[in-house]
Amino acid sequence: MSDRLRLNPIACQAHGMCAELLPERITLDEWGYPLIEDERVPHTLIVHARRAAQACPTFALLLERDRRRD
Amino acid sequence: MSRATPALGRAAGRAVDSGLPRLLAGVDGHGGMSLREHLATHGELPGERSHRRREAPLIELLEHAGLRGRGGAGFPTAKKLRAVASARRRAIVVINAAEGEPASLKDRTLCELTPHLMLDGGQLAAQAVGADELIVCVGESSPDSLDSVAEAIAERRGLPGAPARVHLSVVPSGYLAGQESALVSHLNGGPAIPRFTPPMPFEQGVRRRPTLVSNAETLAHIALIARHGSAWFRVLGVGSQPGSALLTLSGAVADPGVYEIEHGASLASVVAAAGGASGRVRAALVGGYAGTWIDGGLLNGVALSDEHLAPHGAALGAGVVVLLSAHACPVAETVRVASWLAEQGAGQCGPCLNGLNALAATLEQLLQGAAQGNSVRRIERLASLTRGRGACGHPDGAVRFVLSAVRVFSEEFADHARHGPCDACARPAELALPVDPRAGRLRGDPVPVA
Repeated sequence: MSDRLRLNPIACQAHGMCAELLPERITLDEWGYPLIEDERVPHTLIVHARRAAQACPTFALLLERDRRRD
Repeated sequence: MSRATPALGRAAGRAVDSGLPRLLAGVDGHGGMSLREHLATHGELPGERSHRRREAPLIELLEHAGLRGRGGAGFPTAKKLRAVASARRRAIVVINAAEGEPASLKDRTLCELTPHLMLDGGQLAAQAVGADELIVCVGESSPDSLDSVAEAIAERRGLPGAPARVHLSVVPSGYLAGQESALVSHLNGGPAIPRFTPPMPFEQGVRRRPTLVSNAETLAHIALIARHGSAWFRVLGVGSQPGSALLTLSGAVADPGVYEIEHGASLASVVAAAGGASGRVRAALVGGYAGTWIDGGLLNGVALSDEHLAPHGAALGAGVVVLLSAHACPVAETVRVASWLAEQGAGQCGPCLNGLNALAATLEQLLQGAAQGNSVRRIERLASLTRGRGACGHPDGAVRFVLSAVRVFSEEFADHARHGPCDACARPAELALPVDPRAGRLRGDPVPVA
């Protein structure tokens, strides 16, 4: 069990807070929209990932409990 | 207003005595089949057998039949029914005949020529998932389908086993309007554009109820499987894709239209049944406008099933094949369709909106010979930036179409990048496109509807 990042692309307005707060997982494309390299969030990053999700002004970045097995 | 003609539906692929037509049995030139004609052709609909089992027998039957959805995604139908049936709230069944794909006419054909088949299927599916409401969704640009379905619904009032409520919903035109979550959004009073999922419609759909959204052809097959059984269904087709399918064949062919084929039939046999190709064929677009080009030189070996098409990177999708003649400019055709696909996006997801517009602009510059730098490399980079980043599959389909064009027409693309437009660029379009999604008219050389 680990946590997983999920993006709602409809809600995302390219504010870019996520890439600022979680550069280990998120970079921005040429239009400012997030690219998530790896959705899995290890325990070491969980605090940063939670902060990134909470900082998103449109609540587009979701941190979800993974129901699948890694 | 055009009338359905016999040219709309025919059997092809194999001789009639080998089991075709199935869906198009009894269809003739006199317009839609009445309920009486329908029952005389296909037999009575098997009644709702009371069962004590946890699951309706139909679901197991569909599992054995190996029926997969015919709207394009090919999801196993039994699995979808099972998901809806196991939800804890009263379900709703939606027949999807919105058919936003410009090169597809099969759902319209079913609506106009044999509407009771899909309504039978809708009724059976409603019984199997415990729904008392059936909604039939038809695109506003096909008034004949709307008339035919409305008449058929009226004829079925009081039919044993019919759902308590059956209504018809007019879906606005548009490429994405028939997408599952878009249809649910429309039925909930919102715009007909895709939604962020999950929750999937089978979990939370129309009025937050578990909703089975199923393609018109899928339900028509259910009507026949319930009558004749799963073994009968599997007599035709290939192991991974049993049964027959409706195929809309258009473009450089003598007799374009909707044909019922056996999965795995050779493309050559279907083209022959349609009177042969009209002139030399440069390539075939398989699966629809979000599909894959296959080079004309390879077409003789092509068989129409997903396992046969996979080596070409293609899939049947909703059953579409367009033959592009050797007179057409494949680059100009690709640019037109790519721009149209970019316009048809819902404009909700940034990567899709930006990516498809940038792709269309790059293709246009390449066509004009005005591109700077290596535009094919730019196209490939944009494609990888766009793919998989939307709420729905639209960017993935558009990217697939563009990349396969760049691959199959690599010489023509290189030629245009160097020298600009060719003589054939000015020819009328062979890939027909709706001019205005709300007008429902076609530009270019339209696929003949009637």
